[in-house]
Amino acid sequence: MTMTDDATLVLPAAQPRLPAALVAERVSAWFGDHQVLEDVDLAMAAGEVTALIGPSGCGKSTFLRILNRMHELVPGASLAGQVLLDGHDIYDPELRPIESRRRIGMVFQKANPFPTMSVHDNVLAGLRLTGRRTRRSTSDDLVERSLRSAGLWEEVKNRLGTPGSSLSGGQQQRLCIARALAVRPDVLLMDEPCSALDPTSTRRVEETIRSIAGEVTVVIVTHNMQQAHRVSDHCAFFLAAEGKPGYIVEQGRTEDIFERPQDERTSDYVNGRFG
Amino acid sequence: MAATAPRKVKVGGVSTELVLHVGSAAFGALALVWLMYQQLLPITGTIGFWLSWYAVFLVLLAAASATTLDRIAVVDRIVGALVTTAGAILVACLAGIVVFTAVRGWTALKHVNFYHDTTAYIGPDASLDQGGIWAAMVGTLEQVAISMIASVPLGIATAVYLSEVRGRLARVVRTVVEAMSAVPTIVAGLFIYSMLILKFGQERSGFAASLALCVSMIPVVVTTAEVVLRLVPGGLREASLALGTTQWQTVRRVVLPTARSGLVTAVLLGVARVIGETSPVLLVAGSTSELNYDAFHGPQVSLPLFVFNEMRLPLDQAIARAFGAAVVLLVLVVVLFGLARVIGGKPPGHLSRRQQRRLAVTAGLAPAPNAVNVGSLEGDMS
Repeated sequence: MTMTDDATLVLPAAQPRLPAALVAERVSAWFGDHQVLEDVDLAMAAGEVTALIGPSGCGKSTFLRILNRMHELVPGASLAGQVLLDGHDIYDPELRPIESRRRIGMVFQKANPFPTMSVHDNVLAGLRLTGRRTRRSTSDDLVERSLRSAGLWEEVKNRLGTPGSSLSGGQQQRLCIARALAVRPDVLLMDEPCSALDPTSTRRVEETIRSIAGEVTVVIVTHNMQQAHRVSDHCAFFLAAEGKPGYIVEQGRTEDIFERPQDERTSDYVNGRFG
Repeated sequence: MAATAPRKVKVGGVSTELVLHVGSAAFGALALVWLMYQQLLPITGTIGFWLSWYAVFLVLLAAASATTLDRIAVVDRIVGALVTTAGAILVACLAGIVVFTAVRGWTALKHVNFYHDTTAYIGPDASLDQGGIWAAMVGTLEQVAISMIASVPLGIATAVYLSEVRGRLARVVRTVVEAMSAVPTIVAGLFIYSMLILKFGQERSGFAASLALCVSMIPVVVTTAEVVLRLVPGGLREASLALGTTQWQTVRRVVLPTARSGLVTAVLLGVARVIGETSPVLLVAGSTSELNYDAFHGPQVSLPLFVFNEMRLPLDQAIARAFGAAVVLLVLVVVLFGLARVIGGKPPGHLSRRQQRRLAVTAGLAPAPNAVNVGSLEGDMS
């Protein structure tokens, strides 16, 4: 793991900061009249990696999007319950959604670097888009630090000026991770970040996840059991019966879920007997 | 090693068999139709002759192809022939218009004074080495520029409202825009005439003409820009919003730049729609042959209006001037399109020279010489 050197660069000693815990309480979600999640309780420990696993259509991605208020962008979507970031509800009416989203970053299934921006500007996009001004030396420093954290620096340091879309698929996804890290979120949500990547790129992204854990709280949705086993500290197994809302069957430490599952359905799923 | 370069396999292209079939079908059809028209049937007419030739050609081509191909391949070939014909007819029409106009206008175009003089103070029967279209060119450029200044921001802002904000009024606005695009330009001209000139007592001017042109231009810009904005992948908007930005920043820094070349196309289509408009200009710009740089006061002529006025005169010189002005109008459109491509076609994501230098210093290395060109392979939206 060469990434461990890089990990220390995420947050220099000068700016110590503790990652925040994220707690979902009794979260339900609807698209129109169709309920997709029911009473989901999940605590995502600070500085650890929590994997959300389960078959397609059981509401994992919806749950993830609720965690940084992206769910409400879908027309007709609604929800109930609370999401506490360090004890404060992000759905507090006093709080604007953009403030929550700044603290809770997201990486999507499909890499989506901004095609009109260079690699350099993509990393800084979060700062620029939120209107924060930085001095040139600080921003260059931040670009390097974020790209190192995402394990991409060595590959792109000589072509920071090229468009972000000219990188390979795996590099684009790591660029998106760097972009999300550059705004120094407390939590990073990842929605199947490796499902469109080849095994080598997947390994690099996983190394990246392991190296940033500790600095940020990571929540990752994945369909890949081995991946969940490799990268996560905690696991939550979602399931939905046909036409019924999804719920959490079992949650706990990853080794418990994989080696000593309490529920038969969890055991069947993690061992590949269904789903 | 590599004594001989590997020979590339030839794929596609035109086979000799196809040439043979098309050639024999074309010749056979000609002979057959000639026989029918000249020897057998009591019918005449050039258009009928060539239509019959084309029908017979298709039948013969099918028959000839059927000797070597199966049914599906024959159908494929016939459809191929039909769509090729459609394309060829279109190109021929355009080429015909351009060549015809250029040939008729050539006698006027070859005089230098045609480009910098005006037809003020000369008789309509003055020879072509006197007078020109400078006043009309000034009028067209000013009127189109003013309508762009008004229509482009309004049109793009409306498109943003329709595709990004999607407010409650979106449906109403969309219907209004559609209705607006169906308004005949003469009605737009009448509206401006009755409002601005009769009601508010403004004089006829190029500015009034620009307003009338806006009525035609805005719906084109709005509908095209909306389509273009909808092509921007939703993932980019989500990525931007997930970084904690406002909707306005997302639109300004992500959506609009990504759609830039498409938006340039939207503006171009709007300009192309109005640059040749005659009827609204005829009503509200007034008519003059004098040079008037001031679009806000006094009558102002424009190129289409000039063409219209000259065309009505039963004089060879005037007709030649009309065709000459039409050629200049065509050239103007082409130049504008070229210009817009240069402005809007820059591949996205490129840094300025200064930014690149700074980055090279930061990275401790000069950027690879080909680094800047990578983006051109990616291309942009349109």
